[in-house]
Amino acid sequence: MVSHSNQPILTRAGILLGFRMVLPALPGVIVFAAAFGAAASAKGLTLLEAGLMSALVFAGMSQMVALEAWPHAGAAWTWASVAGLTLLTAVVNSRMMLQGASLHPWLSAHGDGLNALHLGLLTDANWLVGERYHAGGGRDLGVLIGAGLALWMMWILFTIPGHLVGALVSDPKRFALDLVMPIFFAALLVPLWRGRRAAVPWVVAGLVALVASYLLPGHVFIMAGALAGMATAALMPEEGA
Amino acid sequence: MSDLVASVTTPGVLVAILAMALVTYLCRVSGYFAMSLLPFTPRLRQALAALPGSIIAATVLPLVERLGPAAGIALAAALASMLIRRNEILALVVGLAVAVAARSWGP
Repeated sequence: MVSHSNQPILTRAGILLGFRMVLPALPGVIVFAAAFGAAASAKGLTLLEAGLMSALVFAGMSQMVALEAWPHAGAAWTWASVAGLTLLTAVVNSRMMLQGASLHPWLSAHGDGLNALHLGLLTDANWLVGERYHAGGGRDLGVLIGAGLALWMMWILFTIPGHLVGALVSDPKRFALDLVMPIFFAALLVPLWRGRRAAVPWVVAGLVALVASYLLPGHVFIMAGALAGMATAALMPEEGA
Repeated sequence: MSDLVASVTTPGVLVAILAMALVTYLCRVSGYFAMSLLPFTPRLRQALAALPGSIIAATVLPLVERLGPAAGIALAAALASMLIRRNEILALVVGLAVAVAARSWGP
């Protein structure tokens, strides 16, 4: 079925509009990137490793969680530790599957190759910008791509000063740099707040993780808690029901 | 040469970063391409919507329990700062300052 309202549109003006539309999100992204850089430095990652992770993974929450589960400096890397980090990353980033799926009506006008390429830039902020733009009748794919490119560049760029500042501090504990990750994570809960009902799965996730941290090896407790939170949300009565 | 490489990265770290990148890319593209295969039911949507907060709670709560009361006080201060003024930089600075102060008084 060919619909004229679903013609593929991708323009340079759209990319520039995407840049502009994502501007309000940049301060938060810059702070997050710098916090990741500092936390990575405190965990013993080199500048190149931190920058490479930001450039290739480009998913702040999973990068922070990976740092928490990172092997101690000097510890030998095993396939088990790589597999554990990979699985943890998959769980943390599985929310992107829903975001990608929700873009289907818009993206289906474009070819699979192009979609496979630009979806590599998909992240919370450009997804949100794109959803709003599309909901308002916009169809230019450049908006999604432009917003994603701006976020990607800022994310890499500001990982660097974060790491440099973190590396200047010889004893991370003295300036509480070992607490950057948990403090920043806790602060993120405030903008995520959608009322008490939506927070029930969070409480379950925290408590299950706490118990699991005594019962399960390594950092499996993060996954156990996250999955328990998801299960709780799935079992709760549907919104408005 | 190997010394030079070792000063910037180690094979294990590189493999881990590449594996994380690959699995993240698959998360990004699979939702779109699986749209016609997977039923994105309201329950699955609810579950995925609860994921970010659940990850934070599951990461932070055991960590605070392990790091002690100074960490807990610092997190509470950062949360309070976010509630009063929604500024991530300010919250981070407040949290770190309170942590440094609490640790200098603590054992």
